[in-house]
Amino acid sequence: MNDEIFIEIKALRKKYGGIQAVNGLDFMVMKGDIFGFLGPNGAGKSTTIRMILSLIRPDSGLINIFRLPLVKNRKRILTDIGALVEEPRFYEYMSAYKNLEILGKLSGKRVGKKEIMNALSLTGLENRSGSPVKTFSHGMKQRLGIAQAIVHDPELLILDEPANGLDPRGMKDMREIILRLNQEYGKTILISSHILKEIELMANRMIIINKGEKVVEGNVHELLDAAKLDLRIEISDAAKALELLEKQYIKSDVWLESENHLVLKASKAEAPAINKSLVDAGFSVYSITPINSLEQYFLDNT
Amino acid sequence: MLSLITIELNKVFRRKRSYIGFLALLVLVSVLQFAMWLEGKTLLDMIMQNLKDAFVIQGNLLNGYFISFMLMNTLWVLMPFLVTFVAGDSIAGEAHSGTLRIMLTRPASRAAFVIAKYIASIEYTLLLVLFLMLLSLGVSSLIFGTGDLIVFRSQLTIFPESEVLPRFLMAFGFAFLAMSVVASLAFLFSTLTNNSIGPIIGTMAIVISFTIITNLNLAAFEVIRKFLFTTYMSSWTLFFDYQLDWAQISTSILVCLGHVAVFFTLALWIFNRKDILT
Repeated sequence: MNDEIFIEIKALRKKYGGIQAVNGLDFMVMKGDIFGFLGPNGAGKSTTIRMILSLIRPDSGLINIFRLPLVKNRKRILTDIGALVEEPRFYEYMSAYKNLEILGKLSGKRVGKKEIMNALSLTGLENRSGSPVKTFSHGMKQRLGIAQAIVHDPELLILDEPANGLDPRGMKDMREIILRLNQEYGKTILISSHILKEIELMANRMIIINKGEKVVEGNVHELLDAAKLDLRIEISDAAKALELLEKQYIKSDVWLESENHLVLKASKAEAPAINKSLVDAGFSVYSITPINSLEQYFLDNT
Repeated sequence: MLSLITIELNKVFRRKRSYIGFLALLVLVSVLQFAMWLEGKTLLDMIMQNLKDAFVIQGNLLNGYFISFMLMNTLWVLMPFLVTFVAGDSIAGEAHSGTLRIMLTRPASRAAFVIAKYIASIEYTLLLVLFLMLLSLGVSSLIFGTGDLIVFRSQLTIFPESEVLPRFLMAFGFAFLAMSVVASLAFLFSTLTNNSIGPIIGTMAIVISFTIITNLNLAAFEVIRKFLFTTYMSSWTLFFDYQLDWAQISTSILVCLGHVAVFFTLALWIFNRKDILT
């Protein structure tokens, strides 16, 4: 990863009426990152993204992009940003091509037929370029949202919940497009989501925010490694199995979740040995499922 | 900027609803022309009944100019409503549909965006007025022919045919300015809300309220009347006075231009500070 800072946010604040939507937020996105911006609904993700895109004025704080203050360099900065803010909306009565042509013309760069078709091709819409957007499914509109963000070949992509409302297949397609944009085309990407798994599968760095404040920020794998995995064990007689495991592990690391479920603080690698020991003791083990404690952490703290 | 204006005009004229105004004018003008073709002579005879004893009337008075003058008198009630469709929808419509945020993530400045949208709204207003001129003056002249124009205002005036066309051109020119005031007001309201019904209803409510105040001959309204744009909206008729009152015409033009400037400046100021939340 390059150490060049692409986005620098410091002490960012925004209040709507009596509600503090963003409260002293700090974070940095480096060149080459897929930076996960995670938080529950209403955490302040969209407000922050809108401030980065100058759709909303911050009450206070600093936003530097490409090391330039946003306020004084809006035009220069937005020329090199492609954005998808929440659900993408288009001129429904126009074709996908015409929409991209209009948005390309406003991008501050030369965008011709080749660039438009490249963007449509990368998002799998090249065969529907002439169709009016009103005939598109939700998933196709989401992909067209990505196409309009990349049509002018920006260095930085800001994607606000791009997988929102998509079915599992659509989410997978979207994930593949985003990873390809990062790995093959070298785009730096800030991606917001309220789904930890999505971020975990794509991002190298991430921040979790809640109520407009930072909860945790760091390298995704370091955060996941630091947060040890728990194992949820579905078993025939959980109470008896608990007695056995309390002897083998630290007492506080194992607890009864329900009549047939135990939770044990242990890594995924320990699962086979635990399974063997329980089966050898005469228990019927129905399943052992790793629980990401970062997910638990996210749920507990947001 | 030219690119932005082209895009905005493209958006306006690719939408079917933008043609509602043109269609409404076409239908109404055609109906009125047909009615005049059927009964215009009877109507004109009734009007001229008393005059026939004192004057010898020659030539064709039921001509395209007369029909056009009648149409202008009738349709200025409808025109403000048609103008607000596009101007009122200009920003609020995009805010409602969510396309505003996608446009504003592009590097064009907000001021350039507002100016382009405003110019597109004013161009639409101009085309609507020109369309009315073409239908009422052009088509009526083809159907009914041309001739002297008889006008009933504070006095009866008959304009010789050679004088009529320049007066109509000036009248339509002023009418465009008056409609631009309405379009500017609708545009201003469009920056304040996130749906296009609000600006359309708001503008019409103001036009109707101000028109009532303008026409009520009450001393209490005397002070404010001269500041209301509705007082000057019918000033196109000044171009059909026998002696053109240039002082009154200039005042009307200046007041209308003043309103246009104030409404546009306010729209620009508001939009530059607006948080885009839709």
